Amino acid sequence: MPSAILADPAEVTSSEAALRRFLHGLPGVDRVGTEARAAMLATRSIKTDAKVAAIDLAIRMIDLTTLEGADTPGKVRSLCAKALHPDPGAPDTPRPAAICVYGDLVAEAKAALGDFGVHVAAVATAFPSGRASLDVKLADVAYAVAAGADEIDMVIDRGAFLAGRYRDVFDEIVAVKAACARGEAAGGGSAHLKVILETGELSTYDNVRRASWLAMLAGADFIKTSTGKVAVNATLPVTLVMLQAVRDFREATGRQVGVKPAGGIRTTKDAMKYLVLVNETVGSDWLDPDWFRLGASSLLNDLLMQRQKLATGRYSGPDYVTVD
Amino acid sequence: MSERLEVLKTYKLYVGGKFPRSESGRVYAVTDSKGRTLANAPRGSRKDARDAVVAARKAFPGWSGATAYNRGQILYRIAEMLEGRREQFATEVAAAEGVNRTRALAAVDAAVDRWVWYAGWTDKLAQVAGGANPVAGPFANWSTPEPTGVVAVIASQRSSLLGLTGAVAPVIATGNTAVVLAAGASALPALSFAEVLAVSDLPGGVVNILTGHPAEIAPTLASHQDVNAIDLTGVAPDAGVASARDLEIAAADNLKRVLRPGPKEPDWTADPGTARMLAFTETRTVWHPTGH
Repeated sequence: MPSAILADPAEVTSSEAALRRFLHGLPGVDRVGTEARAAMLATRSIKTDAKVAAIDLAIRMIDLTTLEGADTPGKVRSLCAKALHPDPGAPDTPRPAAICVYGDLVAEAKAALGDFGVHVAAVATAFPSGRASLDVKLADVAYAVAAGADEIDMVIDRGAFLAGRYRDVFDEIVAVKAACARGEAAGGGSAHLKVILETGELSTYDNVRRASWLAMLAGADFIKTSTGKVAVNATLPVTLVMLQAVRDFREATGRQVGVKPAGGIRTTKDAMKYLVLVNETVGSDWLDPDWFRLGASSLLNDLLMQRQKLATGRYSGPDYVTVD
Repeated sequence: MSERLEVLKTYKLYVGGKFPRSESGRVYAVTDSKGRTLANAPRGSRKDARDAVVAARKAFPGWSGATAYNRGQILYRIAEMLEGRREQFATEVAAAEGVNRTRALAAVDAAVDRWVWYAGWTDKLAQVAGGANPVAGPFANWSTPEPTGVVAVIASQRSSLLGLTGAVAPVIATGNTAVVLAAGASALPALSFAEVLAVSDLPGGVVNILTGHPAEIAPTLASHQDVNAIDLTGVAPDAGVASARDLEIAAADNLKRVLRPGPKEPDWTADPGTARMLAFTETRTVWHPTGH
């Protein structure tokens, strides 16, 4: 069925009209059914051994994020130190996948993280609004990549998307993807591109599905829900729609794309709900930091406190984790 | 016309200023002194205790940072609200403790008076327990009692309203927040008392009330790393719950302040003095240079 949706990727992106025909031809999202399914999966209980494994997996999936106007090099360094040693009292604690910062702090983060395998992700393209000229956005990306960013979190132009100028959004993602390429001097290759849909501004699940396909067709390595800067951030139903999209996209094209909910995920319980959603929607292929990430900051402390509880049998408290 | 059906109250926990059921969904039958069922009370679980501690911790900065005068006003307000419900509480105390109405009413009145008494103490304890210290140097030097933090209270299982007041009022008067476990005879009056707290301008989470089996909840509170002190008064030697000694050992892990239970039930009608307030404060001393 999904392969019927997408007979020829090159054809559907060949023109504005073809792209619109394809995106509007996607099956509509059953809002009630999607919300009911997400709510039902959220009631699953994860206990004992499974909980221990899930907490460690969730920690490994975190993009530990600080995206404030008040970010200082010192704050970024302390966040990096936390990523390298999340719980000094429990050296077996896994490390989060990446640190997520603004582009100008990439070099600082890169230096602080060393070669321990924790990536540096940079938000770019006039994050969070995306309201800047294409040249400025591409310069933003190139700067972060040159500074050593392993991953780029770009925002789509929601204004263009909502106005129906899908081709503009598509071309912009393609251009940013090209800007993610590292020079030969930097070892070649390309920074991973995460495309932020900002689902809180897309109004409908149908739009979320269309934006997901649009981003994937344009070459996104990851699709991400939100910037964390608007009223509505990641929700379970939106993530469910995006997971369905990456599942169908892989079936149609053979290429696997990752998903990253971000914003508002604060507790271990929230994280468990997302893991259940992944497992039940796309299966264990995505249960890996390479394919699923959680954009969060305070979540890590809650996971660490739960981890301490499971290890010692005593409830822990904020005195036993860092103040971020 | 058909006879009117009585509307019975569903007793619920009091956590973070709200009245949730136990997350476990369990209830247990609370009986009077003769073993007759009075009502079902929520049977709190370890997770309810955890949630209550989170609520108490969240409320601590606001409550400990409020002026002593403001805390006194709120404690006095609790007395006012309780006074208005004398009849209701007299009935509940009589049923729970198995005493006659006269004695129950006397206990309610004593509880109201005790709240007023502690309301007066909020802005006076620092003068009694602290003070300006003479030092040999150009410094002004003061000592002042500061609240300890989140205090777990295992309330008396015999003296329902007066015992509860005697244990909780001194804890919150000084700026601590409390997680109270009310079991035995205290359970139902304590949950009704939460309705008084909820309308007394007391910020949500300053007092949280759990009911259930002490053997299940008390060890969780005693070992909780985010609880700063524990009052074991309700763990009388003959109370038939986890022994106070075990709880004290569990509490030692994060150096909690522990108020040990006496050999027998305290006399709640006697003048309590400042001992209970001082049990949950820490003396902070400030040095400040004087001169030019």
